Amino acid sequence: MEGRVTRISGAVVEAVGIDSPNMNDIVRVGNAGLLGEIVRLQDDKSIIQVYEDTTGLRVNEKVSNTHTQLSVKLAPGLLGSIFDGIQRPLEKIMEQSGDFIAKGVDIAPLDMEKRWEFTPIAKAGDTVHEGQIIGEVAETSLIIHKVMVPVGVHGKLDSIEKGEFTINQNIAIISGDEEKIEVKMLQEWPVRKFRPVKEKLSPDIPLITGQRVLDTFFPVAKGGTAAIPGPFGAGKTVTQHSLAEWSDADIIVYVGCGERGNEMTEMLTTLPKLKDARTGKPLMDRTILIANTSNMPVAAREASIYTGAALAEYYRDMGYNVALMADSTSRWAEAMRELSGRLEEMPGEEGYPAYLSSKIAEFYERAGRVRTLNDSVGSLTLIGAVSPAGGDVSEPVSQSTIRVTRVFWALDASLANARHFPSINWLNSYSLYEDDLTSWYTENVSKEWPALKKELMVVLTREAEINEIVQLVGYDALPEADKLILDIAKIVREDFLQQNAFDEVDAFSSIKKQYYMLSAIKMLYSVEKQAVDNQVPMSTFSGIKSKELLAKMKFVPDDKLETFNSEFKTSIEEVKNSVVVNV
Amino acid sequence: MSDVYYKNIKKITNILLFLENVSEPAYNELVEIKLGNDSVITGQVLDASDRFTIIQSFGNTSGMNVDSTKVRLTGETAKFNVSDGMLGRVFNGLGEPIDGGPSVYGGERRDINGSPINPYAREEPSEFIQTGISAIDGMNSLVRGQKLPIFSASGMKHNQLAVQIAKQAKIIGDSGKFAIVFGGIGITSESANYFKEEFEKSGALDRTVVFLNLSSSPSMERVILPRVALTAAEYLAYDKGMHVLVVLIDMTNYCEALKEISAAREEVPSRRGYPGYMYTDLASIFERAGKIKGKEGSITMLPILTMPGDDITHPIPDLTGYITEGQVVLNRELDKKGVSPNIDVLTSLSRLMNQGIGANKTREDHRDLANQLFAAYAAGKDLRNLSEVVGEGALSENDKKFVDFSSRFEKDFVNQGYETERSITDTLAIGWTLLSGLDKREMKRLKEGEIKKYGKWEE
Repeated sequence: MEGRVTRISGAVVEAVGIDSPNMNDIVRVGNAGLLGEIVRLQDDKSIIQVYEDTTGLRVNEKVSNTHTQLSVKLAPGLLGSIFDGIQRPLEKIMEQSGDFIAKGVDIAPLDMEKRWEFTPIAKAGDTVHEGQIIGEVAETSLIIHKVMVPVGVHGKLDSIEKGEFTINQNIAIISGDEEKIEVKMLQEWPVRKFRPVKEKLSPDIPLITGQRVLDTFFPVAKGGTAAIPGPFGAGKTVTQHSLAEWSDADIIVYVGCGERGNEMTEMLTTLPKLKDARTGKPLMDRTILIANTSNMPVAAREASIYTGAALAEYYRDMGYNVALMADSTSRWAEAMRELSGRLEEMPGEEGYPAYLSSKIAEFYERAGRVRTLNDSVGSLTLIGAVSPAGGDVSEPVSQSTIRVTRVFWALDASLANARHFPSINWLNSYSLYEDDLTSWYTENVSKEWPALKKELMVVLTREAEINEIVQLVGYDALPEADKLILDIAKIVREDFLQQNAFDEVDAFSSIKKQYYMLSAIKMLYSVEKQAVDNQVPMSTFSGIKSKELLAKMKFVPDDKLETFNSEFKTSIEEVKNSVVVNV
Repeated sequence: MSDVYYKNIKKITNILLFLENVSEPAYNELVEIKLGNDSVITGQVLDASDRFTIIQSFGNTSGMNVDSTKVRLTGETAKFNVSDGMLGRVFNGLGEPIDGGPSVYGGERRDINGSPINPYAREEPSEFIQTGISAIDGMNSLVRGQKLPIFSASGMKHNQLAVQIAKQAKIIGDSGKFAIVFGGIGITSESANYFKEEFEKSGALDRTVVFLNLSSSPSMERVILPRVALTAAEYLAYDKGMHVLVVLIDMTNYCEALKEISAAREEVPSRRGYPGYMYTDLASIFERAGKIKGKEGSITMLPILTMPGDDITHPIPDLTGYITEGQVVLNRELDKKGVSPNIDVLTSLSRLMNQGIGANKTREDHRDLANQLFAAYAAGKDLRNLSEVVGEGALSENDKKFVDFSSRFEKDFVNQGYETERSITDTLAIGWTLLSGLDKREMKRLKEGEIKKYGKWEE
């Protein structure tokens, strides 16, 4: 039975007479077959949220129920692809409808013809349970795709075949309790539903990002959550891009949610050219892009975050460390607000729906380091950019986000204006993972690490206090001990915290290099401190060679680090001998 | 679609009509509103329903009534007739000629809402546009296919700046066809005339399409105007292979009109009374800038808005800044000092600058030089503020050099007037000269090789 449209208001459409409508059923609306989802049932009416532009849709046009829910298709071929918010492949859409996105396009997200070499791991006769890995496919040069028993299926493996298959062909048959189940590589999962895991583990391994300010001072754990709020132009997107390019996750899912088209294009052009630091393979081979730009339909923007999360969880279940970057969750919240307004729901603060904070909390709850159904350990790290109006984080989206995320990277417009990048404010940011991660840092980097970074953070905090005094009395009136703090703080800010995302070497700093840099600064700090204690004026140290070297250190590649470090030590010795000892 | 006129109007507000029992209206369908005196006003369906249909009138509703006013569905959404004949012509916000000339015939009628460009089909903008203005070229470079708004405020000379950019903008060593699409949204006739005269003087008028909605024209046309203008721009760019510069002024008036409609529909407002969907709405305009793979032309967009109360956190500049690829911010303080153009380079930003500059494009030292100028100017300005509190005596010799630098930067680099055109080489040279007033050791953003090659320090 076909329904018919009775009302159209933007992305929200009302219809009557739809065949047994259920909440969240996917429907095709109008003669163009626009994709929509039933979001409310009221009397005989179904209220539908339409994922495409409704301009030109007419009252009385037909509506048909597909009796499915909004789902993602899961199979080899996801990596390296770019999808819109409801997992339609943008590359294929272009082949079919040209440079502009046409309405009512219906294309399978994945290549149904391509044949993949499937290698079984389980064998016929095995008893298998849900989530168990039964075979492998080399999906890209970087990633082995693990084919898992679908959730909810268990039984005896009747047969499993090796060879080349399309994702829609049977690869195995499982005898369940009641019936035989044919297993394909292609599986589906409703986007709004969490994929099950055995248990959540405590996150105690850092996600190494290569960004000094993050790894050293505000680390996020694999399986952790982080928020990046900041006004426009403060560098949210550049930070998110750097994370997508350099962080040591196995899989990156990047959701461009209501952001700029040109930015997604930039990722599409740069990622295939960038090589993975560890394997030398193109980064695109570990990346899934979801692009629902600001001018694409608002309902699909609302769905894009869930689509991303479902894909990310799927790879997590294979035992990979997955990181999902969402830029920006504020646009997602605005999409909810717009739809809620059209549904004439009672608004909460600033017009956002009352369920805003529970939706945000629910999203971040999908993060975690987990033991999967097949007993491997995987993680999903969620990093969400927030774009508060006017840069003021007291607004509802920012507040709901920082309440649930454990890392806060505060982007600062004044730093960005002075071109201090990444413009992450070291006084306002925090990471609640610091304690969980301390043992990893002491075991894998150095025992001195926690003390070292703490000491330099104290210097930065002191600097802010001293600067307030400078505002009153001027620099010259400061005691030498305070001038020392300012001197070191300047070095930490300029030579350590600032990092050039566009420089070949500086874009990524290994943990080892970060440690060398920290200890080098510490060496200078100790020498200067000793000198000041001996009444040597701070002016003695302007323009010494050690400082010049520190300024260059960020541009030293890892393989030259040892040589550089010994050169630096010599320069420190010189300072010691000429200044400190002579007094 | 039909000759049926609907007369069951239940309610009329200053911009909206509420109709009962309209047969099969389409969302965003255009309608014809016929008044008792047979005059006709165009309108659009905002909410299509088999019970109450809401229609937005593009003209004034005064004179309409519930008895004799009737409404006819036209059967189509808003379209604009695109062809070569548009060039050199002047249209109103709905795309009707208002220069006394004939209608534009031939061509093709296109939906003014366009369709989103597939992100996969986009080409990364990477060609440097030389505007001849140092504060833009040197510090916040514009590239082809970018959308870079000018954040102005009342009483500032953004008109002059826009004209200067339109006149001087060029790609070094490129002779491609270009065109200007000018959209005046709620501007005064004085401003409109100024633009017209300037385009005439520079000989660009016959390559310009003008869309004009004056302060006195119906405000509802302002919601349509940018879309009509961009439909024209898309035709010139992607069908005719032209490089189109779209100037939209003043986007603040556009947003006000949007607010008016939202208020009339009694929608729940978000910040300061503006509708919650203003971000999405503005994006559907700004995102039409860009380049497409395999197509010759491009659309570069230069929207101009006035920040109410000079407040950059006001929803209009705020949402714009989140959509556009940077912003050029005009500053009151610089304006008072007589610096023209009064561009504040620190709060200004071009997100696509890196793609457009460097070796083979501008010069290999451009990025580092700009970073160094930014850092030094920011430091100098901070110290200048400090010295105002504690007195200049409290500054060290080195600090004084920075203060001096920041003043000279405003005077020599930014302040060039609205007539001067500087090549990128000149702009960079001025930058290096200014830096030579600082200690060479402070040049942390520059590479040694660059200092050796371009530095102007005395050995």
